[in-house]
Amino acid sequence: MTARSGAENMAPAIELRGISKAFGPVQANKGIDLLVPRGTIHGIIGENGAGKSTLMSILYGFYRPDSGEILIGGKPIAITDSLTAIRAGIGMVFQHFKLVQNFTVLENIILGAEDGPMLRTSLGRARAELKRLAEEYELQVDPDALIEELSVGHQQRVEILKALYRQADILILDEPTGVLTPAEADHLFRILRGLRDEGKTIILITHKLREIMEITDNVSVMRRGEMVASVKTAETNPTALAELMVGRKVLLRVDKAPARPGAPVLEVRDLRMVDADGVERLRGIDLSIRAGEIVGIAGVAGNGQTQLLEILGGYPEPGAKLAGEITLKGQPLALKGSDARARRRAGIGHVPEDRQVEGLIMDFTAWENVAFGYHDAPEFQNGLMMDNAAIRADAVGKIERFDVRPPNPDLASKNFSGGNQQKIVVAREVERNPDLLLIGQPTRGVDIGAIEFIHKRIVALRDAGKAVLLVSVELDEIMSLSDRIAVMFDGRIMGERLPEQTTAGDLGCLMAGVAPSDQDAEAGA
Amino acid sequence: MDFATILQIVDSAVRLMTPLLLACLAGLYSERAGIFDIGLEGKMLMAAFTSASVAYATGTVWLGLLAGIGGALALSLVHGLASITFRGNQLISGVAINFLAAGLTVLLGQKIFGLGGRTPSLEGDARFHAITLPFAENLRGVPVIGPIYAEVISGHTVLVYLAFALVPLTWWVLYRTRFGLRLRAVGENPASVDTAGVSVTRMRYAAVAICGVLCGIAGAYLATGISAGFVKDMTAGRGYIALAALIFAKWRPWPALFATFLFGLMEAVSNRFPDLDLGFVTIPSMFMNALPYILTVIILAGFVGRAIPPRAGGEPYVKER
Repeated sequence: MTARSGAENMAPAIELRGISKAFGPVQANKGIDLLVPRGTIHGIIGENGAGKSTLMSILYGFYRPDSGEILIGGKPIAITDSLTAIRAGIGMVFQHFKLVQNFTVLENIILGAEDGPMLRTSLGRARAELKRLAEEYELQVDPDALIEELSVGHQQRVEILKALYRQADILILDEPTGVLTPAEADHLFRILRGLRDEGKTIILITHKLREIMEITDNVSVMRRGEMVASVKTAETNPTALAELMVGRKVLLRVDKAPARPGAPVLEVRDLRMVDADGVERLRGIDLSIRAGEIVGIAGVAGNGQTQLLEILGGYPEPGAKLAGEITLKGQPLALKGSDARARRRAGIGHVPEDRQVEGLIMDFTAWENVAFGYHDAPEFQNGLMMDNAAIRADAVGKIERFDVRPPNPDLASKNFSGGNQQKIVVAREVERNPDLLLIGQPTRGVDIGAIEFIHKRIVALRDAGKAVLLVSVELDEIMSLSDRIAVMFDGRIMGERLPEQTTAGDLGCLMAGVAPSDQDAEAGA
Repeated sequence: MDFATILQIVDSAVRLMTPLLLACLAGLYSERAGIFDIGLEGKMLMAAFTSASVAYATGTVWLGLLAGIGGALALSLVHGLASITFRGNQLISGVAINFLAAGLTVLLGQKIFGLGGRTPSLEGDARFHAITLPFAENLRGVPVIGPIYAEVISGHTVLVYLAFALVPLTWWVLYRTRFGLRLRAVGENPASVDTAGVSVTRMRYAAVAICGVLCGIAGAYLATGISAGFVKDMTAGRGYIALAALIFAKWRPWPALFATFLFGLMEAVSNRFPDLDLGFVTIPSMFMNALPYILTVIILAGFVGRAIPPRAGGEPYVKER
């Protein structure tokens, strides 16, 4: 660093001039200009499909731009492949980590950056370097742990370490907090600030406005392939950014009337579950949801929320032992021998947490996916055959009403953006008008416009007198959408709160398993 | 059964396991890099034919070996082209290679030699001959160790020793070298290799080429080591058995040695006792001959615990955003 001349230090870390890239008829990037000063954290926001990822892929050598110029540290450079990008000092932390699951941390770090044909020296040097980086930037990981044994947060650290080991000066992070718990995200931000203070340049791609406001120095907004604004973070606000992103006014707060709860719809009594490995996942859950009410379950991922949803949805993990009572509108539901189809018929709609695995068959068309789970309904039968015309017509209506884009029912589900995939799943479940809607992580990886839409539909379902069980790791979402909040920790409900009478700090304590005071416990019960 | 008989069976097992071991290691390199290779059989067969033909024509077994390697390598590159460059289905490509080799060897054999698909018998320098290791005869008198040394360890062709030496070598390459690290990574998560700035295509071609070379040696051993010439379909499913051994060994070199030994032993036992008389019942020879194949089915049916193949195995790598 010291050897660099003053002039070079003044040059921006990255400068893009008129970058354009088209995939067939789709113009993913249109004349993008971007200036990222050295030693800053620069946010890039935009809805899914706005062209953020394409732009970053161009910077990392995955694609060649059709036109335009890239300057790194003031020098024009042709980034033809990832190796060129790495040599230019660019490190990339992808949304989906590029790690070898059954390799150790150390092996992943040196992969592609080995010192010579034998591994021994590389491993030794990497171990020493890792120790240094861990101390310098709070990036502790066990160098000999296998990746598959690490938490997502630690895996992400390995990705950052990989970039630093390759002496990256510019670090690009694509949606880094999507998979992290709030505490892990905070830690990540501390690391990023530390890196910036050391003179590294960081580009943060996200669609979470809160993160942009919290950590970035400057922010650029992309919309439909174009860079629509670049501003100093201190001189803007979330509402203005959201409008720039979507191109119209957006309601960040959920606009809803007070709940008018009716009769209980779902009653869960002392629900317990021990999984096939003998781990106790649920330790006596008591929960009641009434008609016309949204109950939000807050909690760090992995505290039993997934198991609760799966059991209510009728597909507990195979080999699990269950105990307790579940009643739906006064009718007991069988714990054993339950299946998802029976639950659907009983009036439970389910938007599962992982839409790509549980919610959709990615290779099937949108209209087929809109019908799944309900394709055996009498109105879709035509003697022995399925009445595909009827199914398709029904699906087309739902796709229109849920504003799925592109509104093409014959497109394979994998070709929709995350937000539109989620709309397909929500459309399927909500339009069947269930008495109880289970909805897990409704807006994970979903862009702002679609979040607003999905939230509105959830509230509309509630206002129609239906019960909603919302599970989300996004505290903001829980706080703004729920009429009542239950916090789960280690397979238990730590406490219940009313959203207007609690704070993020209070919920955070419950999420971390800090027992509430006796008084609180009484109020919660 | 006396000690000498056991030694003879083990000695025969060593001979018979050698092509399996070579093919198994060949498959190991390819599959560890994420390219499933069902075409081991075809490549061995092609190598057996080309090596026997060239060895006969030139009278030099070493040229035969080279030709065997060349023949298998050519088919390897076809497989590479189909499955890496053109991102085709690896199983179909492999099956096609097996059919191609089965037909082509007989066709060419008949055309060239007119012996119904065989090659003429190889003699003298056109074959690999057993090597007697130093002091093998002198030490034969030493109890236990002597006969083992003289009978089992000594007296094989150079290719047998090569095959056994390849086991530690492969282990070392896989776990101690840069090449091995990248090879294993490319079979587990090619995107990790790609984003690290290493060419996935080049790594996979290298693996497929090594696979071809080893299949070539295996085929040459069949035609010029164990036998004295090429016979139609002489691999007799060894390529598939090697695949079964590879799964049994969970894609690791040392267990591959033991797995192939087990299969070699089965074959040796069935050769030695065509009708195994257990006193109360005589097991017919058909059953004994089927033993290695029965074992294959049992192993593939998953009776040996869970074998997790390389995660990216069988899938062409497509760069994605």
